[in-house]
Amino acid sequence: MHPYTTDMYEGMLAETIMLPGHDGEIINAYYARPLGPGPFPGVVLIHHMPGWDELYREFTRKFAHHGYLAISPNIYFRFGHASPDDMSAKVRGSGGVPDVSVVGDIDASARFLKSLPLSNRKVGVFGTCSGGRQAFLVACRTKSFDAAVNCWGGNVVQPKEKLTPAQPVAPIDYTKDLSCPLLGLFGEEDKNPTPESVRQLEEELKKYGKNYEFHMYPGAGHGFFYYPSVAYRPEAAVDGWNKMFTFFEKYLGTPGRGS
Amino acid sequence: MCTGIVETAEVSGSGKGQHGWFKLEQVNVSYDHPSNAPMDEALNIDFVNPKDGPGARVAVELSPESARKLVKIILTALSQTTMAPSNEPNRA
Repeated sequence: MHPYTTDMYEGMLAETIMLPGHDGEIINAYYARPLGPGPFPGVVLIHHMPGWDELYREFTRKFAHHGYLAISPNIYFRFGHASPDDMSAKVRGSGGVPDVSVVGDIDASARFLKSLPLSNRKVGVFGTCSGGRQAFLVACRTKSFDAAVNCWGGNVVQPKEKLTPAQPVAPIDYTKDLSCPLLGLFGEEDKNPTPESVRQLEEELKKYGKNYEFHMYPGAGHGFFYYPSVAYRPEAAVDGWNKMFTFFEKYLGTPGRGS
Repeated sequence: MCTGIVETAEVSGSGKGQHGWFKLEQVNVSYDHPSNAPMDEALNIDFVNPKDGPGARVAVELSPESARKLVKIILTALSQTTMAPSNEPNRA
């Protein structure tokens, strides 16, 4: 963890930017970085099913505060624009965001971060809820990431009858292609992913000799980082953030405060 | 929980959204994360008109028990009419 003392200068820039996403199509993204020359490791944040919302802007700034170049692309961009909850409802009613465009947008976001002169060329991916599933998916479908964090991603294990045109393959079926170390944070009371489906994923990771680290929190369910909701579990959330920063520092290099 | 449970049907009628009344074309019913209701999962009902954009939406988020009550009283109210059963298509 980056040590902080009260005499340090710190600052960050956080703003909406446009960048080429899947198939070169321009999408928007929220980008935050520490001030200073770097070099900084990077993190791509995949927003959760409830949308590209205020919480994900906060998470993005949290990574910048901890010394990372952080970007959260709007993976719902192609569905139009309205309030985050209206967009979430629109995407939900349309059958969900296609995996193919998510992989393209997240991969493009990693390339954007690595192209910056401030970058140390190491980039991780982090997502919660559907974003946790997608973080695992992109870590399997691309070789753009040096570390991946799946927080309570549901439907990684998906029976065939639950597959859809937008999500045609269960991510667990891509496990052999996982291209970077994986950290998983889960709640014992979650109904999707259940502890049993987390165990199934773990078995698959073991089978292919993958580098992974899973933590299952008792007394927590789905979304235990989300402080505005009833799902919030402060002890699990604090421990989870700490484990995540330790994990990213191990595989992405030392973050900085931009002095 | 990310359930992915969504059922959709075409409907006709009007809804009052943030910019006043608009024509309804579709209802999406899901059991998944609510945006506002203080519960882990909710029965979410979105009355929408896709032609008018994502903001053309009337939303409610109910506990499962409340949703069942709603279904019951809708059917009770309809049973008191002489209206013929609807043959509107269901796209679920």
